[in-house]
Amino acid sequence: MAKKYDAGVKEYRETYWMPDYTPKDTDILACFKVTPQPGVPREEVAAAVAAESSTGTWTTVWTDLLTDLDHYKGRAYAIEDVPGDDTCFYAFVAYPIDLFEEGSVVNVMTSLVGNVFGFKALRALRLEDIRFPIAYVMTCNGPPQGIQVERDLLNKYGRPLLGCTIKPKLGLSAKNYGRACYEGLRGGLDFTKDDENVNSQPFMRWRHRFDFVMEAIHKAEAETGERKGHYLNVTAPTSDEMMKRAEYAKEIGAPIIMHDYITGGWSANTQLAQWCQDNGMLLHIHRAMHAVLDRNPHHGIHFRVLTKILRLSGGDHLHSGTVVGKLEGDRDATLGWIDIMRDSYVKEDRSRGIFFDQDWGSMPGVLPVASGGIHVWHMPALVSIFGDDSVLQFGGGTLGHPWGNAAGAAANRVAVEACVEARNQGRELEKEGKDILTTAASHSPELKAAMETWKEIKFEFDTVDKLDVSHK
Amino acid sequence: MSEMQDYASSLEDTNSRKFETFSYLPAMSPEQIRTQIEFIVSKGWNPSVEHTEPQNASGSYWYMWKLPMFGETDVDAILAECEACHQAHPDNHVRLLGLDNYAQCAGASMVIYRGTPT
Repeated sequence: MAKKYDAGVKEYRETYWMPDYTPKDTDILACFKVTPQPGVPREEVAAAVAAESSTGTWTTVWTDLLTDLDHYKGRAYAIEDVPGDDTCFYAFVAYPIDLFEEGSVVNVMTSLVGNVFGFKALRALRLEDIRFPIAYVMTCNGPPQGIQVERDLLNKYGRPLLGCTIKPKLGLSAKNYGRACYEGLRGGLDFTKDDENVNSQPFMRWRHRFDFVMEAIHKAEAETGERKGHYLNVTAPTSDEMMKRAEYAKEIGAPIIMHDYITGGWSANTQLAQWCQDNGMLLHIHRAMHAVLDRNPHHGIHFRVLTKILRLSGGDHLHSGTVVGKLEGDRDATLGWIDIMRDSYVKEDRSRGIFFDQDWGSMPGVLPVASGGIHVWHMPALVSIFGDDSVLQFGGGTLGHPWGNAAGAAANRVAVEACVEARNQGRELEKEGKDILTTAASHSPELKAAMETWKEIKFEFDTVDKLDVSHK
Repeated sequence: MSEMQDYASSLEDTNSRKFETFSYLPAMSPEQIRTQIEFIVSKGWNPSVEHTEPQNASGSYWYMWKLPMFGETDVDAILAECEACHQAHPDNHVRLLGLDNYAQCAGASMVIYRGTPT
């Protein structure tokens, strides 16, 4: 039965609030944390969020009747209290898969975190989680190589990988920079890393950096007999320039390159990830700007969503936070998004902040990278929290060793191997960590000196963005 | 604070060559080898023994000692194969792997007898 055109403003809930709707397996589902303006009913606000992030606008338009809006509209299908916070509530919205271009996280996010975030009836809005149906996951390219392929390419099994960000992050010449890499790699690191700020500045243009770093890798590989890499940052002002740098990295035999996926943009990232897959390159992903989006508990995009975006867009490594270091990160929430990076199926688990089951099918996983203010005393906790499928990255914790980078690297390598050996023996790392490290240091003067240097440093501030269950 | 030390490693000194997981720790004792075998068995992985001349250790493919021990959970039987490989090739590195057929990747890989670098 055809509808008649009836101009004017209707309440959103007449069209977009559907509490009896059962989401389809193919729907994209979203959970928003909504802080409404005072006096606006929850159902109306939830419906407004669904409308403004899908087909709706503020008034009825005649062109609505040229299509079947019931097929395309987003539906607010549930509302829940936020534990411990009466100022806001969770709104669950289902979007039909036909609303979105295949393989485009750009298109999905333009709808879900677009105009709706500036909507006046809301005081604040946060996208807490998205369920991507397997039908949509299958349209995305995903990580270029994945965890198992990376292990086979690098010949590293049964332990976390070890990295180091080169410091000072800005101002070194290319030759001096290569020296810092070489020292770290010869001491036992698997990777060194460009800091995210390092692109191609006047003090060190990208091409010189790439050349000197490759010389460092080759010499360290010959010396140690192990395979090494350096994340060559190809983040650039334009995606053409980014691709030019990536092509050169491949030409000189670099195994891995790096991109900043939020500041660089998701289109560029997806393009680079597909190129990496075609060219056998690993892709390390940095996340500058994430805390702007994910740190406020009431507004923005939760990091678990940004994690899903990256896995779909493509990357083999992603910074995850450390739990124990200098940067923000609640333990249970971090464990949640680490699962999202690595596992093929993640169950809903509110105690980890996961609102939906997520099926990744055969899409490869992403290695979480723990980086930021960690040192050798954190090693037992890091191995326990992250397990083998991770990259543990010590910047100051390598370069700040009193005897230099090679000794700092060796200290961390001895420590990680000692922790893995002890874990395999069934020992409890977080309880027996001191004993395990002390024993290992008895045959490693480098580790002993590192333990003396960093003994007292801790980062014990309370987390700003806690899981909602732990409030009050 | 300890006195500064040089980090001794060079192209010339073949003892500078490492061989991945656990190669920065002292050589394993028989008891340590046994507990790592127990770990591999407890994970449900298939034990496998490989060996190589130390100068060829950086390649992906080492010589397989027989076939991987599919489904073997007897720690003594696994240890006996490791020892047999070592007896047959005393100057080679001998490594023990735990093959995870679900991940299609080694879950563990470690040199349990160290060869003689030339």
